[in-house]
Amino acid sequence: MSTETKSDASAEAIEDRRINMIEAINEALDIMLGRDENVVVMGEDVGYFGGVFRCTAGLQEKHGKTRVFDTPINECGIIGAAVGMGAYGLRPVPEIQFADYIYPGLDQLISEAARLRYRSATEYIAPMTVRSPFGGGIFGGQTHSQSPESLFTHVAGLKTVIPATPYDAKGLLISCIEDNDPVIFFEPKRIYNGPFTGFYDKPVEPWKKHKDSVVPEGYYKIPLGKARHVTEGEQLTIVAYGTMVHVAEAVAKAKGVEADILDLRTLVPLDIEAIEASVKKTGRCLIVHEATRTSGFGAELSALVTERCFYHLEAPVERVTGFDTPYPHSLEWAYFPGPVRIGEAIDSILKD
Amino acid sequence: MADQADTTPQSGDNRPALALHVPEPRSRPGDPVNFADVVVGKAGDQPRPDESTKPEEMKDLAYDLVRVLGDDNKAHGPWDPKLDPDTLRTMLGHMAMVRAFDERMFRGQRQGKTSFYMKCTGEEATSVAASMALASDDMVFPSYRQQGILIARGYPLIEMINQIYSNKGDKLLGRQLPIMYSSREHSFFSISGNLATQTPQAVGWAMASAIKGDSRIAATWVGEGSTAEGDFHSACTFATVYNAPVILNVINNQWAISSFSGFAGGERTTFAARALGYGIAGLRVDGNDALACFAAQQWAANRARANQGPSLIEYFTYRAEGHSTSDDPSGYRSAQEREEWPLGDPVMRLKNHLIEIGEWDEERQEAMDLKCAEEVKATTKEAEKNGILGHGMHHPFHTMFEDVFEELPWHLKEQAEQATRERITKFGSERPYE
Repeated sequence: MSTETKSDASAEAIEDRRINMIEAINEALDIMLGRDENVVVMGEDVGYFGGVFRCTAGLQEKHGKTRVFDTPINECGIIGAAVGMGAYGLRPVPEIQFADYIYPGLDQLISEAARLRYRSATEYIAPMTVRSPFGGGIFGGQTHSQSPESLFTHVAGLKTVIPATPYDAKGLLISCIEDNDPVIFFEPKRIYNGPFTGFYDKPVEPWKKHKDSVVPEGYYKIPLGKARHVTEGEQLTIVAYGTMVHVAEAVAKAKGVEADILDLRTLVPLDIEAIEASVKKTGRCLIVHEATRTSGFGAELSALVTERCFYHLEAPVERVTGFDTPYPHSLEWAYFPGPVRIGEAIDSILKD
Repeated sequence: MADQADTTPQSGDNRPALALHVPEPRSRPGDPVNFADVVVGKAGDQPRPDESTKPEEMKDLAYDLVRVLGDDNKAHGPWDPKLDPDTLRTMLGHMAMVRAFDERMFRGQRQGKTSFYMKCTGEEATSVAASMALASDDMVFPSYRQQGILIARGYPLIEMINQIYSNKGDKLLGRQLPIMYSSREHSFFSISGNLATQTPQAVGWAMASAIKGDSRIAATWVGEGSTAEGDFHSACTFATVYNAPVILNVINNQWAISSFSGFAGGERTTFAARALGYGIAGLRVDGNDALACFAAQQWAANRARANQGPSLIEYFTYRAEGHSTSDDPSGYRSAQEREEWPLGDPVMRLKNHLIEIGEWDEERQEAMDLKCAEEVKATTKEAEKNGILGHGMHHPFHTMFEDVFEELPWHLKEQAEQATRERITKFGSERPYE
C-alpha cells in the first residue's frame, strides 16, 4: 500500500482516480483498518451490508467481523462502548446512521468522551471518530436532515470536522482517526454523490466532473484546523462548510461576484487566521450554513469576525442559515438556504 | 391527600378511573421499621451451578439470595469459596481500612478540608471482597462508592487523600470532585459522576479485550437506582449481543439519595432478574456476606474468562450512612432501618467468622482497627503538607487549560492569556503562592 501522496502522479493517472465522497470515505476507512490494527469500525448496518449509504461496503469481508461489525440500534451503547474501547487502546470509528440519531449518545459524548482526557489528567483518552451523515436536501424529513454541529462545537474537548469534497473527506477522515481526541465527523450526505449547488431544479453534476474528486490512492492526511480557499476574490468573504460551500460558490458565480470563499473543513479547532486574513482583505463577510439560525455556529463565526475585524468591516456581518423550524418534508426547498437567500444576502452586503 | 385516585366512573362512562401508583418506602422518619418482606434464606441453601450454565437454567438464583456466612458465623454450602485464613484476614483488613478511611475523610470534610465525601459504610464487602476475586489487571469501571477496590488493590492512601483535598499532590490536578479517582496503574477507570455511564464503557472495554484475544475481563459497579438509566440497558444489550467478558455488579443498597429502590422498579422484581430478559446470567447475593460476594464475583469471572459471557450480580445490602456529606438521611428515612437491617454488618460478620474458626480474636481486631486509624491519620497529615482544598496549594492555574485537547488550540491559548492577566490584576503575580 502506498503511504505517500501521489502529488507527482501523471495527469492520466489522476483522471483514473476520480471518485465520489462515499468511495473516498470507504478508502480512508479501508486504509486505516489496514495500517492500524487497533482501528475498529462499527455501527448500525455497517458490517455485512456495508452501511445504508455504502460507506463501509466490503470492509467487513476484507478486514474481518471483529474489526468491522454491526451494532444494536443503541447510540448510547455505541458511543459508550467506543469510550471503553478507547480506554483499552483501540481506535474506534463508530458510525451513527444519521446525525439526527446521535442524541441518545450525547451524554456519552459530552460528559464522557469529551472529558476523559481532562478528568483523568491524561490517564485515559477517547480517541474515537464518530462518523455521521448530516444535512438535508434529500427529502429526509425532520429526522434525516438535521445539522446539529453547533451542539458539538459548544462542547469543550470535542473536535468537529466537516468535509466538502471527496479529496478532503479522505484526507480529513484519516487525520481524525489518527487524532487522539474525540472527533465528530459530519458527512454532508447531499453531496455524497455530487457537488449539489442548491439549484435543485437543475441536474446535479456527478463528482467525476469536479476537480476535487481527484483523490490520490493510498494514505494522505489533511491537517485539522486548516480551512481551504475555494475561490479567491476581493468583493466579499463567504465562510461556509459542507454542502453550503458548493451552493455559495455556485451562487457567487451565477451573480458574477468575486468572492473569497473559505471552506472551513474543521469547526473546532477553527482556522481563525484564514478567516481574519480574508475578512480584513474584503471588508465584508457572509456566513452560510444549513443548520438552524439561533445559536448556530454562524453566531460564533459572526461574533469572532466582529471582535477581530470590526474596524475592517464595510458592512454588517450577515448569516444565511436554515430557518428555526424542524426540517419540513414537503417544503424542503423553501427551508433550504439556497440561491435566493444567499443571493439576497450578497446583494445586501455589497450594496453600500 | 389519599394516594388512591377516585375510582368513581365519570358520568356516561362505565370504565373505571385509572389510578397512578407512586411507590412509598417501608418507613419514613419516626416510623417503626419492619423488614418482614425481606426474605433471607438459610446460608448454604442456594445451589451453585457450573460456570457454563445457561442463564435460563439458573434463573431461580436471580430471585434467591446467595449466602455463605450463617448466623452461627460458619461458612456453609456450595458457594463457600474456601479461602485460607490469611486471605480472610487480608480481606477483613481491607474492609477495616475502608471504614477507618471513610471515618477520617468524612470528618475532614466536616472540618472544612474538602468540599465533599462519600462513605460506603455497610457496603465494604461489595467492593473489597468482589475485587479480590478478580485478577489485579482485570479492568474495573466503578461508580463513586467503590473506594474498597482501590484499597484492596493497594492504591496508596496518600494518593486518595491528595485527590480528596484537590491539592498540589493530586494526580488528577484538582479537576475532579473529591473521590472521583482514576488509576490506570491499578486498572481502575476514571470515575464520572454521571450515573451508569461507566456500564457500556465496561462492556466496550471487554469487547476490545475479546477482539484482541486478551485474557483480561472487565467489571463494573452501579447502584440499583442508576440501573434505571438507559446506559445500563445499553450495557446489558451490548454485553449479551457480543457475549462480552464483563461482570455487571449492581449494588442494591436500598437508597438512591432519598429515593428508595422502588423508584428503580424494586417493588416489582429483583435487580438480578433484569439479567434474565437479556439472556445474561443473574445472581442475587447477600451483599453483607463477604464470602458470598467473593464467591459470586469469582463465579462470574470464571464464566467471563472461559468465554461463557457476561453476568449480572445484584448485591443486596444497605447504605448505612447518607448518600454523601451533602445529604441528611434523617429527612427521608427511619434511623431504625440501619439498626434493624436483617443482613447485619459486613465487617462484623467476617470478623466473627474468623473468630469462630479460631483464626482471629477481639484483641487482634482492636489492634487492627487502631492500626488502620493511625495509618489513615498519619497519611492525612502527610497529605496535608500538599495542601487542603481552598488554601491555594493547588496545581498551577494554567493546568486548567491543559488536556482539554491533546494540544492547546488557539482559542484556549487566548483564554489562558486572559486568565493570566486576571491573576496578575488580582494578586500582582501569576503564581502568588509560589
